Amino acid sequence: MIAEPRLVEVRKNVLKKNDICARTLRDRFQAAGVLVISLVSSPGSGKTAFLEKTLTCLRKDYRVAALVGDLATENDALRLARSQAPVKQITTGTLCHLEAAMVETALGDWDLSQLDFLFIENVGNLVCPSSYDLGEAVRLVLISVTEGEDKPLKYPTIFNSADVAVITKIDLAKAVEFDWTAAAASIQAVRPGMEVFKVSAKSGEGMEDFTKFVSARLTQMRAVPAV
Amino acid sequence: MHELSIAMSIVDLAQEEAARRGAKVTAVHFKLGALAGVVKTALMSSYEMACEDTLLQGSQLIVEEIPVMVYCSRCQMRRPLSSIQLFCCAECGTPTSEVVQGKELEVVTLEIEE
Repeated sequence: MIAEPRLVEVRKNVLKKNDICARTLRDRFQAAGVLVISLVSSPGSGKTAFLEKTLTCLRKDYRVAALVGDLATENDALRLARSQAPVKQITTGTLCHLEAAMVETALGDWDLSQLDFLFIENVGNLVCPSSYDLGEAVRLVLISVTEGEDKPLKYPTIFNSADVAVITKIDLAKAVEFDWTAAAASIQAVRPGMEVFKVSAKSGEGMEDFTKFVSARLTQMRAVPAV
Repeated sequence: MHELSIAMSIVDLAQEEAARRGAKVTAVHFKLGALAGVVKTALMSSYEMACEDTLLQGSQLIVEEIPVMVYCSRCQMRRPLSSIQLFCCAECGTPTSEVVQGKELEVVTLEIEE
């Protein structure tokens, strides 16, 4: 006799493991007083150039470090090392995104209390990283002026998961006839109220506004006593 | 393409449950939020692959798609979203980023044979 199929309730989030790991990391970052900022974007939108410039600017007054995810090469880590900040590469192989456990492993024996800022550069991908919490305090999504103003509408999930948008390569805006109004509208459509920075890592334009913003966020975070 | 790793997590979760009960899983009921960043068709084909040579081989993945709901500060209640390209209350048009439903990636129930 064949038994009747029975329904059993499970109710489990499949990303629970990642979420728990991310929460542990977030508590650790908060306790150490380090502001963790992650970067997501499509490949080639200038994450590494922006990060190199950011590290160089912030290093004058703060202790900074970076973790950088890449599929196969260590080129980004080598580039970022030029900023003199400690940099570690996370090579993901064929994996299209970073997960919290990879961040935890990569941190290794770094003494987080010796840092003010830690940047995590995700793999260039506007789809997969959106589902994975890395324990960051601020998630930046980058879009370059060469990509088209409707990118946020094409990838609403990742733009909605981010806290701040950074428009990069603005030194090229004129040449590509970048439509600022359309870009702002598409960002606000998928993430109302999102703060937007406009930068050029090449000329340095807009970098000061951005570093002021992260400095303010650091002060704000440290004003909240660690639990 | 992270659907395969999501599918493998579903299989792991269901296998654990099946082993614990000494039962065979014939179907997995799964809630997929529209804002979870996972494509249903890709998930379905990844699931078949992920099931191969496991206790779940031959089982079915039944996906329930969950629409996005937001909290509207003007209506002061949960409302459907205008569209995934327009984060506004579908009723009154007030912009909102406060998502209260739609990020689900949840194994809800299993159909088992003992």
